[in-house]
Amino acid sequence: MGENKRLKRFKEIWQRLSKNKLAILGLIIIIAMILIAIFADFIAPYGYDEQDLTMAFQGPGNGHLFGTDEFGRDIFSRVVYGTRISLLIGFVAVAIAVVIGVLLGAISGYYGDKVDNIIMRLMDILLSIPQILLAIAIVAALGNGLFNLMLAVGLSSIPHYARIIRASVLSIKDQEFIEAAKAAGSSDLRIIFKHIIPNCLAPIIVQATLGVALAILTAAGLSFIGLGIAPPTPEWGSMLSSGRNYIRDYSYMTMFPGLAIVVTIFALNVLGDGLRDALDPKLKK
Amino acid sequence: MIKYIIRRLLLLIPVLLGVTFIVFTMLYITPGDPAKMVLGDTATPEAIEQYREEQGLNDPFLVQYGNYMRKLIFHGDIGTSYATRRPVIQEISQCFPATVKLACSAMVVAICLGIPIGILSAVRQYSIFDMITMVFALIGISMPVFWLGLLLILLFAVQLKVLPSSGYSSFAHMILPAITLGAQSVAVFTRMTRSSMLEVINMDYIKTARAKGQSEKVVILKHALGNALIPIITSVGLQFGTLLGGSILTESIFSIPGIGRLMVDSIKMRDFPVVQGGVLIIAIAFCFVNLAVDLLYAFVDPRIKAQYK
Repeated sequence: MGENKRLKRFKEIWQRLSKNKLAILGLIIIIAMILIAIFADFIAPYGYDEQDLTMAFQGPGNGHLFGTDEFGRDIFSRVVYGTRISLLIGFVAVAIAVVIGVLLGAISGYYGDKVDNIIMRLMDILLSIPQILLAIAIVAALGNGLFNLMLAVGLSSIPHYARIIRASVLSIKDQEFIEAAKAAGSSDLRIIFKHIIPNCLAPIIVQATLGVALAILTAAGLSFIGLGIAPPTPEWGSMLSSGRNYIRDYSYMTMFPGLAIVVTIFALNVLGDGLRDALDPKLKK
Repeated sequence: MIKYIIRRLLLLIPVLLGVTFIVFTMLYITPGDPAKMVLGDTATPEAIEQYREEQGLNDPFLVQYGNYMRKLIFHGDIGTSYATRRPVIQEISQCFPATVKLACSAMVVAICLGIPIGILSAVRQYSIFDMITMVFALIGISMPVFWLGLLLILLFAVQLKVLPSSGYSSFAHMILPAITLGAQSVAVFTRMTRSSMLEVINMDYIKTARAKGQSEKVVILKHALGNALIPIITSVGLQFGTLLGGSILTESIFSIPGIGRLMVDSIKMRDFPVVQGGVLIIAIAFCFVNLAVDLLYAFVDPRIKAQYK
């Protein structure tokens, strides 16, 4: 595909996407979230671990927009910094999954036969363990911590990407432009990276958008049961987990981190749905 | 049909072997010496060495895996808990009923709400009911299990004081956990049923059914739903995995003594044989559910059944 053609295709996709109001809403929320994550230091009025025990359990208002927690930390600031952690986990985990999954799927689809059989049976096995359970098992083996959490969530979602890529590789592998590349003497590696993967991008982008949502949810769930990120790191799931101890008297502590999760996941889901429709007009009637 | 079931059961064997291998490897690479875990920090190096020798912990990896599999297959033995010194299989079978009860009641909630709402939504496409349903379904899909659980506890247990917030002994105890765990699936089923029904509802055979004077109820429930059922069943099957995974979180919120909570507690105590056993049991359960779903296809769709005769 030439530069111009690519630009034209991009414009078409954008036109279709921009007609979908929900998807645009999702896109705006995600961009806002990314900005919040980048400029957290300027937005948050307090540090995420700034304790003031005399100010513990203050309800929303009085200089603390979302109130304060059991250590007198400003919940608004913690939710703002939490954006950074959650997005980081979401993006890094998906990046890990995409890189490994795409490679495995492309190799599997391109070479077929035995290689395909081995890789795909391995993926089947991984898929027979529910994702959060697989992530739990990996965290259990590696131990807690931010990086291990990203790794666990990322590794446990590899099979989804591998499957999708394999399917689209199979659908284009026998097309003429691949044959032409082969005839021109391109190496397998070059064909996979230059011709096959770029032509399978659409389903990857859709799956990755939805995958970030799933990764954030999984990570927050793991932190909620105490297997992810430990305090004082302001992770939304672990904030909910400590807030639930005070749910009877200070219920606001469980409101805002949860709301932040729902808004983020909602935005990613509608954006992902919108992208799917925009990238593959055949699906939408 | 019998042949097909047998073939599918045989195909499960490599998958289960793979699962045990992965789970075993994970435990094997986990840092920390099992002998030290069992004997405690005060044990002498000689005692630890002796224990390692006795338990075969000094053997090469594959020999250990072979021993593990031998015990698993011939004795149903999947190790001993470090914490309680009881066989893992006993610990798990004690917790299994609670998890099954939770997952099944959530599934019942999800099916009983999701499918009818989806049908109504499709029949009245673009009505106010349809719009509201779709908004709720979108929110439902984005709702983390653990937050929904907390909100429900807050509303029904703390504010209204009508339902208990923990335990699982009575019907009332199961209401909140089942709704919490099932909510996301309700949203998934509603969306799936709606789109699947919309696909068939304008087909010619629906028009024919109406034209021959069939009542609307029969047209929708028999002719339309019957043909829209396959994708719905697929999503029911896929959702079971999510439910089994989600039950880990739900059990922790409502203090239900199921496998999920057992596993989480065991991870915190670094009681790895129990964790390993839990993953294994849930994976096996998940495989059988998937098999059951595939068999259900044949039952629902005569075209699929014809392939396996």
